[in-house]
Amino acid sequence: MTTPIHIGFIPLVDAAALIVAVDKGFTAAEGLDVTLVREVSWSNVRDKLNIGLFDAAHLLAPVAIASSLGIGHVKMPIAAPFNLGLNGNAITVSPALHAAIMAEIDGDRFDPMATALSLSRVVAVRRKSGAEPLTFGMTFPFSTHNYQLRFWMAAGGVDPDEDVRLVVLPPPYMVDSLASGQIDGFCVGAPWNSIAVDRGVGHIVHFVADILVRAAEKVLAVRQNWSDKNPEVVAALIRATFRAAEFIEQPHNRAETARLLARPERIGVDAEVIQRTLDGRIKISPDGTMRESNRYLLVGREGAARPDPTQAAWLYAQMVRWGQASISLEALKTAKAVFRPDLYDAALGHTAKSPTDASDAVGAFAGPAFDADDIAGHLAAFPIGRWKA
Amino acid sequence: MGTESSPKIVIVDESPIRAAILEEGLREAGFTSVAHISEMQSLLSRIYALDPDVIVIDLENPSRDVLEQMFQVSRVVRRPIAMFVDQSDAASIQASVDAGVSAYIVDGLKKERLKPILDLCISRFNAFAKLQDELDRAKSALEDRKVIDRAKGILMKLKGLTEDEAYVLLRSTAMREKKKIGEIAQSILTASELLK
Repeated sequence: MTTPIHIGFIPLVDAAALIVAVDKGFTAAEGLDVTLVREVSWSNVRDKLNIGLFDAAHLLAPVAIASSLGIGHVKMPIAAPFNLGLNGNAITVSPALHAAIMAEIDGDRFDPMATALSLSRVVAVRRKSGAEPLTFGMTFPFSTHNYQLRFWMAAGGVDPDEDVRLVVLPPPYMVDSLASGQIDGFCVGAPWNSIAVDRGVGHIVHFVADILVRAAEKVLAVRQNWSDKNPEVVAALIRATFRAAEFIEQPHNRAETARLLARPERIGVDAEVIQRTLDGRIKISPDGTMRESNRYLLVGREGAARPDPTQAAWLYAQMVRWGQASISLEALKTAKAVFRPDLYDAALGHTAKSPTDASDAVGAFAGPAFDADDIAGHLAAFPIGRWKA
Repeated sequence: MGTESSPKIVIVDESPIRAAILEEGLREAGFTSVAHISEMQSLLSRIYALDPDVIVIDLENPSRDVLEQMFQVSRVVRRPIAMFVDQSDAASIQASVDAGVSAYIVDGLKKERLKPILDLCISRFNAFAKLQDELDRAKSALEDRKVIDRAKGILMKLKGLTEDEAYVLLRSTAMREKKKIGEIAQSILTASELLK
């Protein structure tokens, strides 16, 4: 197995398992000759995976599903045999919006329902005074960031398509756009929220773990037909990234992991900022206020690495809710089949179920428990949305 | 937009030279309506203000993801864009990704009208890459010459050689050590810096 393998990635902390697998030599130990290729846009990662310039990629979980469904772009069935991370995103807002939300809040500041209701009051006041609608940045139309922002604000009565503007921004531009007032807030992965706080231009209002207990974030994606043709290579990749995830989750390895990720050809930001994310010890305000969470970003622990088709179903349900995908049982089946716990189990030789303390596999703060077999029934519980039964 | 008139093309590229090369090529080919956006802030509103039929963007530009938003049906998006090639046209996708360019077609323009535009972009992007490569090589040759001149100066001063003798010494040492003359010259500069 010495055929060279090219894997595309975006410089984000949740590429950690992939970067460590290669840079610690775990892929080489599996007999794989892997070259990591740093990319600048999700569109590039998707297209280069589609046409075979990449054999595998660090990919937004919803992009893997959208590609398999053929929505938004060329149809290309994708298999996700390994989940690179659960959670890891955060919602950051400008100091002005933060002050407005905190002035209107009725309840705990880390309670997403309290902040969402407060946001809806802020939005109503702005509308009355004729102010421009608030603008929020997210990273891609088919992104967890898009769905998490929408889920949060809609729970408080804010219609994300009518009451505010949601715009796509590449992660490296988020902080500047917030500083210049082009946007009032954003949802993005690490390290960008911390960088906004360090620069004094943003406050982290929520970790995604406040909104969803378990949220599939990035996956290791391969073309389904490539996976079918190269089962040993896929199994070796799963084993190497699993080993890397276990390495990263050992607290005494965090500093080394952060150093590996910090190098200019990988993520290229301070190791200290990266380690905050891995440790879940995050500075949330420019005044130095810290907040800890043991669910900030899960790389492998609590069964995070095993792909969970229920997560894929939840992401598909969000595509339906916001009018990106039409509702059908066949599409639901296709979406679920993108996540491949069977390949994961076969490669690692165990069949541990993902443990969870939520009432369902997702654990959203609003709405009924998620039913992966009844998307229409589930979505009927949410008054704001763009879908038709 | 009349179907017979020249489609309006917007080039999104942070490299002004490459954009100029592309623009010139498009105009020569008879596409008279070409505009260039080099500033990525509020990209979408700039695009809407120009209201193009075709958008060309370089693949090294992170703002490519911003354009993906135009596929969506939402209030932010006024005129949705379609994919630049048919699903069946894998060769075109491959060629454009290799060249580092992508083109999007805005709703309303016939797909077959995009093909010649895309082909032209691919060839101009490849031409630019070649030019860039030649420029880089010329630059490094120039750098080498500067280093060699300084090394010759040092040899002339320290060993009382003429310029020609100093050059012959550099060249013969390079041949003996199987290195480039520029590398030998650089090591002389480094050594003389250390011995100062």
